[in-house]
Amino acid sequence: MGGYESILLTVITAATPLLLAAIGELVVERSGVLNLGVEGMMIVGAVLGFAGAQATGSAYIGALCALGAGMGLALLFGFLTLHLVANQVATGLALTLLGLGLAGMIGEAFVGQPGIRLERLHIPGLSTLPFIGPVLFGQDLLVYLSLALVAGVSFVLFRTRAGLIIRAVGDNHGSAHALGVSVIRVRYLAVLFGGACAGLAGGYLSLAYTPQWVEGMTAGRGWIALALVVFSTWRPLRLLAGAYLFGAVGILQFHAQAHGVAIPSQFLTALPYLATIIVLVMISRNRVLTRINTPACLGQPFVPDR
Amino acid sequence: MQDHETNPPPGAETRRSGEVLLEARGITKQFGDVRANDDVSLVLRAGEIHALLGENGAGKSTLVKILYGALEPNAGTLHWRGAPVRISSPAEARALGIGMVFQHFSLFEALTVAENIALALPGGTPLRDLAKRIRSVSQDYGLALDPDAIVADLPVGIRQRIEIVRCLLQEPKLIIMDEPTSVLTPQEADQLFLTLERLTAEGCAILYISHRLEEVKRICHHATIMRHGKVVMECDPAQETAGSLARLMVGSAVHDLKRGAQVAESAPRLELRGLSAPPDGPFSVALQDIDLSVKGGEVVAIAGIAGNGQGELFDLLSGERRAQDSGAIVIDGTASGHLGITHRRRQGCGFVPEERLGHGAVPGLRLSENIVLTRHGTGDGLVRGGMLDMGLARRMEQRIKSNFDVRMSHDDPEARALSGGNLQKFVIGRELDRTPGVLVVNQPTWGVDAGAAALIRQELIDLSRQGSAVLVISQDLDEIFEVADRIAVISRGHLSPAEPAVQLTRERIGLLMGGLEEGQGKAHHAA
Ligand SMILES: Nc1ncnc2c1ncn2[C@@H]1O[C@H](COP(=O)(O)OP(=O)(O)OP(=O)(O)O)[C@@H](O)[C@H]1O
Ligand SMILES: [Mg+2]
Repeated sequence: MGGYESILLTVITAATPLLLAAIGELVVERSGVLNLGVEGMMIVGAVLGFAGAQATGSAYIGALCALGAGMGLALLFGFLTLHLVANQVATGLALTLLGLGLAGMIGEAFVGQPGIRLERLHIPGLSTLPFIGPVLFGQDLLVYLSLALVAGVSFVLFRTRAGLIIRAVGDNHGSAHALGVSVIRVRYLAVLFGGACAGLAGGYLSLAYTPQWVEGMTAGRGWIALALVVFSTWRPLRLLAGAYLFGAVGILQFHAQAHGVAIPSQFLTALPYLATIIVLVMISRNRVLTRINTPACLGQPFVPDR
Repeated sequence: MQDHETNPPPGAETRRSGEVLLEARGITKQFGDVRANDDVSLVLRAGEIHALLGENGAGKSTLVKILYGALEPNAGTLHWRGAPVRISSPAEARALGIGMVFQHFSLFEALTVAENIALALPGGTPLRDLAKRIRSVSQDYGLALDPDAIVADLPVGIRQRIEIVRCLLQEPKLIIMDEPTSVLTPQEADQLFLTLERLTAEGCAILYISHRLEEVKRICHHATIMRHGKVVMECDPAQETAGSLARLMVGSAVHDLKRGAQVAESAPRLELRGLSAPPDGPFSVALQDIDLSVKGGEVVAIAGIAGNGQGELFDLLSGERRAQDSGAIVIDGTASGHLGITHRRRQGCGFVPEERLGHGAVPGLRLSENIVLTRHGTGDGLVRGGMLDMGLARRMEQRIKSNFDVRMSHDDPEARALSGGNLQKFVIGRELDRTPGVLVVNQPTWGVDAGAAALIRQELIDLSRQGSAVLVISQDLDEIFEVADRIAVISRGHLSPAEPAVQLTRERIGLLMGGLEEGQGKAHHAA
C-alpha cells in the first residue's frame, strides 16, 4: 500500500467510531432528548464487545454484544429520564461515569490479551479498482454500516412518516401529545437506537481500530461525537463531513508531528478541533436553516398536563 | 363518581333532536384553590353547533380539554354514544372521532404546513399529494394555505387557519373549536361558517367557543353558558340578543366606550418615513416604503388581512428587527431605526406582540418575572445595583391584576396557568401600567370576553387622550371603528395613507385590504 492509501485508511478508521456514535445521538437529540452518556455507552460497548469476541471467537458476535451493551445502558437512561423524569444532563453525566467505572472493572481480566479483528470485506468487482479500490471497498462491516446509517437516518428523518414524528416530538412535545403521538415511546425508541450506535462505536474501537482492550480506550471520542452533532446542526450529511474532517485533520497533524514540523505540538493537537468547528460553523451560517433544524424541546422533560 | 342527571339547568328543555354523540356528566376540575369546572354537564348532538360561552377564566378551555383527553377531571363521567368511556389521552379522543382546534395552537414551528397537517392524519398519504390536497381543500374552506411555508414564519392569523384546516381534514365526528375565529377576518369567518354548516348537515357535532356573540347568534343552534366554572344557563342563542348573552355570561351589562375629545393638535410622536424592509425569510412579506405619522392624543389603527406585513411592521417598530435606515423610524423626534427594543422602551415606548404565550410572555415564568423581563431596563426601579427587586415586581403584578381584572387561580402563577383572555389582559396591562408615550399593540383583544375587550379598548383611548400616541394593528373591523381616530390599511407590505375614521366606510376598507391603491403614488410595486 502506498503512503496516501495508508493515510486514507487511517482517516476512515479514525472517523468511523465518531460517525457511529454521533449518528445515533443525532436521532436521540432530534427526538428532543439530550443523552450526555455517549462516552459511557461507548466504553461499555468496547469492553463487552471485546469480551464477547473472546468468549465466542467471533468478532461479529462481539459486535452484537457491544450493540446490546450500549442499548442496555440506554434503557437505563431512558427509564430514569423518560419514566422517572430525572434531569437529562445529570443522568447523562452519571451514565458516563458509571460506564467508565463498569468498563474498567469488567475489563481488568482482558488487559494485555490479544484481540480478534473484524475481517475486511472485499466487495467483489470494486475492491480491485486501481488506487481507491482496496481502501474504499476493502473495509470491515462497521465502516460500511456507519455510512449506510448516515444515508438511512437522513432518509428516514426527512422522507418518512416515522422521521416526521421524531422531528415533531423534538420540536414540540406538547403538540405531539395533543395529536395523539406517544411521546415517551418515540423517545424510548430513539434513545435505544442511540445506545445501539454508541455501543457499536465502542465495539469498533476494540474490534477493529486497535483489537485489544485498554482501559479508557474511548479517550473522549463520545464527547467529540456529541459536539459534532451540535456543530452539524443536527443534519446527517454535515455530520458525515464533520466526522471525516475531524478524522482527516487528526491524522494529518499526527503525520506533521511525526515529521517534526516546526509548529508547537499543542497547537497541532488542537488543530482537528479548531478546523472542524470552524468549517461546521461556516457551513451552518444560514440562521433560518439552523433555527429550523435545532430541536426546540432538546433536554426538556415531558410531563403532560393532567 | 355519582350520577348527575338530576336538576337540569334552566333552559335545557329546548327542542333538540339528533343522536347524542358525547355527554359529560358532573365534570369537576380543581386547579389548586380554583374550581375551573364545578359539576358541569353537557350534551352534544349530531347535526348541532353547540356554543360554549363564558367570560375569561370561566373554565371553557378546561372543559374542552377534558373532553379531548388532554386533562383529567377530578370527578365526572363521559359517555360516547350512550356508553361510558374514559378518555385519558388525546390519542383516545381521536380514535373515537373527536377533533380539536386549540385556543393556544398545537403546531410545530420548525415544520412546514404540510408536515404539520400530515402528523394529524393517518399515515399513507405521500407528502406531495397531501400538499396538493391542502392547497385545494384550504381554498374550498376559504382559509388559503401554502403547504410549503414553515410555521415559524407565519403570523397567528395563518396559524389559526392551519389549526382549523388540520382539524377538518381529519374528518372528525365531533369537532371542538376553542375560539377559532378570534384572529380570522370576517370574510374568513364567513367561509368557515359555511363549512361548519355543511358539516353539521352531514351529521357532525360541533362544540364552538367564541367571544363574538353576533356570530354565535348566527350559527349556533344551542348554547351552554358558564360562569365561574359552573353551567348557569342553557339557551337557544337565536332567541337572545348579543347584549342579553353578554349579560348572562358576565352577570352584568357591558358598557359602551366613552371617547373623550381628541386633544388639540400635537406633534407627531411616532413617525415612519419611507420604511422599507426586505423579507427576512422565505415566507415573510417585504415592507414597501411605508409612511405614517401618529400624533400624541390619537389612536391610529392599521387594518388588514393576516400575513400582509403586520408582523414584519411590528418587529421593526418594536426593535426586534432593526431598520436599515435609522431615520425611517422616528420616536419623539429621535431617529430610532437602529435602536434595540430596551432602548426604545426607555424612550417611553410600549409594545404588545400578537402572540401572547411564547412571544408576549414566557409560559414557564411567573407573572412577576415576566414583568421584570420587559421592564428591567426602563428605569422603573426593578434593578438596583445589579440586583432585582422582586418585591416591587410583585407589587406591580398586583397592581396590573386589579386594574385589569386579571383572574388567576393563585397568587403570581406561571403565565401558562392563566386562561387565554386573562393572559391577554395581563400582557396589555403590563404595558399600559407604564403609561407609555408611544404604544404599539398587535391584536389587542384577541380572545378576551366582551367586558374585558371594552375595558382594554377604553384604556387604549384613555391613554391616547392623556397625550400618548397609540398604534393599533388589528384584523377586527368592529374594534378598529370603536377605537381609531384614523385608519390605514396594510396590503402586501404597502400601507395606505391614514384617513379619518369618520370618513371611511367598511366597503372602502375592504377594497383597500384587497390591494386597491396598493403602492399608488409610490415609485414601485410589490414584486
Ligand atoms: N394549568 C393550570 N394551572 C392552574 N390553573 C389553571 C390552569 N389552567 C387553567 N387554570 C385556571 O382555571 C380557570 C379556567 O381557565 P380556562 O382556561 O378554562 O378559562 P376559559 O374559560 O377558557 O377563559 P378564556 O376565555 O380566557 O380562554 C382560570 O382561573 C385559570 O387561571
Ligand atoms: Mg380559553
